[in-house]
Amino acid sequence: MTQISNPLLRVDNLTMMYGDRVGCKDVSFELRPGEVLGIVGESGSGKSTLLRSISAQQEPTKGTVQYNTRIDGVCDVYQMSEAQRRLLMRTDWAFVHQNPRDGLRMNVSAGANIGERLMAIGDRHYGNIRSNADAWLGKVEIASERLDDLPSTFSGGMQQRLQIARNLVTSPRLVFMDEPTGGLDVSVQARLLDLLRGLVHDLNLAVIIVTHDLAVARLLSHRLMVMQQGKVIEHGLTDQVLDDPQHPYTQLLVSSILQN
Amino acid sequence: MSEMLHAQNVAKSFTLHTQGSVTIPVFQGVDFTLSGGECIALTGESGSGKSTFMRMLYANYTCSDGSIKVFHDGDWLDITTASPHSILEVRKRTMGYVSQFLRVIPRVPTLEIVAEPLVALGTVRETAMDKARDLLTRLRIPERLWQLSPLTFSGGEQQRVNIARGFIADYPIMLLDEPTASLDAQNRATVLALIEEAKGRGAAIAGIFHDHETRDAVCTGSFDVTSFKVGAND
Repeated sequence: MTQISNPLLRVDNLTMMYGDRVGCKDVSFELRPGEVLGIVGESGSGKSTLLRSISAQQEPTKGTVQYNTRIDGVCDVYQMSEAQRRLLMRTDWAFVHQNPRDGLRMNVSAGANIGERLMAIGDRHYGNIRSNADAWLGKVEIASERLDDLPSTFSGGMQQRLQIARNLVTSPRLVFMDEPTGGLDVSVQARLLDLLRGLVHDLNLAVIIVTHDLAVARLLSHRLMVMQQGKVIEHGLTDQVLDDPQHPYTQLLVSSILQN
Repeated sequence: MSEMLHAQNVAKSFTLHTQGSVTIPVFQGVDFTLSGGECIALTGESGSGKSTFMRMLYANYTCSDGSIKVFHDGDWLDITTASPHSILEVRKRTMGYVSQFLRVIPRVPTLEIVAEPLVALGTVRETAMDKARDLLTRLRIPERLWQLSPLTFSGGEQQRVNIARGFIADYPIMLLDEPTASLDAQNRATVLALIEEAKGRGAAIAGIFHDHETRDAVCTGSFDVTSFKVGAND
């Protein structure tokens, strides 16, 4: 009954150098469909560099990123054509930024923000796009009557949820998230976490989530990678890494959490 | 009954890198087996490593040495070397764990939290919900609380939500960490009944029990962790 599904993403020896400085070094891992991988570490440890290099936003100095595409099977993300890569990035992949302003278009309506990604993959029927956008607003718990409002009139938490709707409307299989709960207050964070976890489960999303919040990592991710100075120093089952950390730095990180 | 879990020559020590890299040995050379239909009490004084050992059986803690094999999907799997994927599969289908702490996302209703393990196994949602309602009723969680997050509940209520969640899926192996610790007599009786029912369907159970009454009532044997303490036989 055990199904060993093929990896969706495979990263081998990924290294990103900024001149002599190390962004991230020799990172390798696989990700399966429906699997959530958390990347934790302090500021400057290379988490975001790694995320950008994996998600085709910044070509790495060394190493490969392979993705199991729907049509052509396993492809090297940096070997495919520009058109192919762009299609991948706006259909099968999604990127949720820490600051929703980086992921939204602030001067068009909420509905247009969602509809734009649908149009980018060839959807042309205005009625369908609008009803689909409306349905997604509902999924991320934004009232229908806000469909024609500009995102700039939304609260930070609503903007973040709108960004998620915009990203997930094309039914991606892999979502990259960079500190998605970063700038939000605690009550809004809880709502977003609940929402994300539900979506991940219902849509069988694979997710790579960068966070410095170990509680967020614990609640969302199956596996955890701990980074320090550009290197992965510990990698394993989330609760094992957090409850029985082996590396000195992970122990420091875990023991630095304030208990309430 | 058949063996379900087999720990061999297990050792554990903690190295505290943030505190001068001092190494604290807990135990070594532990051999332990658990079969279907039995309920073994892990015993030993406070600090002897009962909870540590139980966490190792659940792969929450790593092993410093030895192996822990679990009978999963008709085969033996060593969880000390298994991949995270395999361990998550074991936890989903084969091994349940009732911990003393409830860790949930705020805002998720109690009923959903209890039903979740069964839903994850592919059970129809309404069937899982019915079973969750049944367990919450048996454990005397008032119906008006079911749609609320258990994070606002009292310690005893949270404990019972944890138990309901732990018992909803009929896991072949169950690990219970002080399941009756903060419960009154009536609720303790309910938990004992749940353990008896699990034994009756052939589950292999290991537990840490606070009180003698509980232990005497449901356990078929005991296992003293103290005798494996490092230096115990020197």
